[in-house]
Amino acid sequence: MKHHVLVVDDSKLARMVMASAFRRLRPDWILTEAVNAEDALLAIASSSVDIALVDFNMPGTDGLELIERIRAINPDMPMAVVSANAQEEIISRARELGAAFVAKPLTDEALAAFLSGAALRLRKRV
Amino acid sequence: MTTDDASDLSEVERDAISEIANLGVSRAAASLRQMVGEQVLLSVPAVRIVGRTEAATLVEKGNSPRLVAVQQRFEGPFSGRALLIFPEGQSFELVRSIVGPEHPLEDIIDLEQEALAETGNIILNSCLATIANVLHKPMRMSLPSVIRGDGNTMFETAVRAPDADLVLFLYIDFTIRSRDIKGFIALLLDLPSIISLKEIVRDFIDAIDR
Repeated sequence: MKHHVLVVDDSKLARMVMASAFRRLRPDWILTEAVNAEDALLAIASSSVDIALVDFNMPGTDGLELIERIRAINPDMPMAVVSANAQEEIISRARELGAAFVAKPLTDEALAAFLSGAALRLRKRV
Repeated sequence: MTTDDASDLSEVERDAISEIANLGVSRAAASLRQMVGEQVLLSVPAVRIVGRTEAATLVEKGNSPRLVAVQQRFEGPFSGRALLIFPEGQSFELVRSIVGPEHPLEDIIDLEQEALAETGNIILNSCLATIANVLHKPMRMSLPSVIRGDGNTMFETAVRAPDADLVLFLYIDFTIRSRDIKGFIALLLDLPSIISLKEIVRDFIDAIDR
């Protein structure tokens, strides 16, 4: 099943790396890119996003704050914080918000594991 | 868009260098968090090519002019210096938060230099090793040294080549939650290294789409 994934990262390089991994792992899924929280919330309001991958360290609203705001709109959306900043507080806050933690530098294995879990959760929901 | 002018960075180059440095510093923050037992908050990285005097002014901004830094030189396809900089006094607090409150003040004063060098070594190595791994370019790192002085002391150089004044200055602020400790990490590259780094970053970007 095809899914619509939102990638939120202020870095173009990080979005390119993510898009490239998707071309290898899930070439038929739809990918939407957002550069900050406002952009991301607009994309969610105006399209049928089912999965979100969110960078942590962004100017303005950080990734965890954004996930909290998305959670309020969509309590079930599979989401992940994507960061090299693997501090306990960040990982446990992500967990509290029901989001996964995917480490940067991004590997295909880590992304594939998150996406398989996300696809499974979405299938169960239907 | 890329630019061949070494004194300037295109948007893509600036973005890529910021992101790669951010990976390094985020890993370093996770190491620091383990050492101090408190969350370490990071700013969004800033990358600029500036003159040394301007770099010195930037690090003094909002800080006391007396600074303490742990410095490590790195060499590889591009060479430079990585610095972990604190306003003087805060480095002492950092050491205290690592060794624990049970140690008397005199012990911490004795320990400060050594503990600071060791802390800097862990943080800067974690940062530089991540950058080297991401770019697949091995880098050799020197032993850490502690330097004290103002912004100019941090960035002065023995080389007096005509281009020696320009540096790539990358900095990220960090704050240790619930403690009054602030500092920042700066990476300094001189002109020939900026040119090499730009080439490596370009190859890295090209490789993503292959």
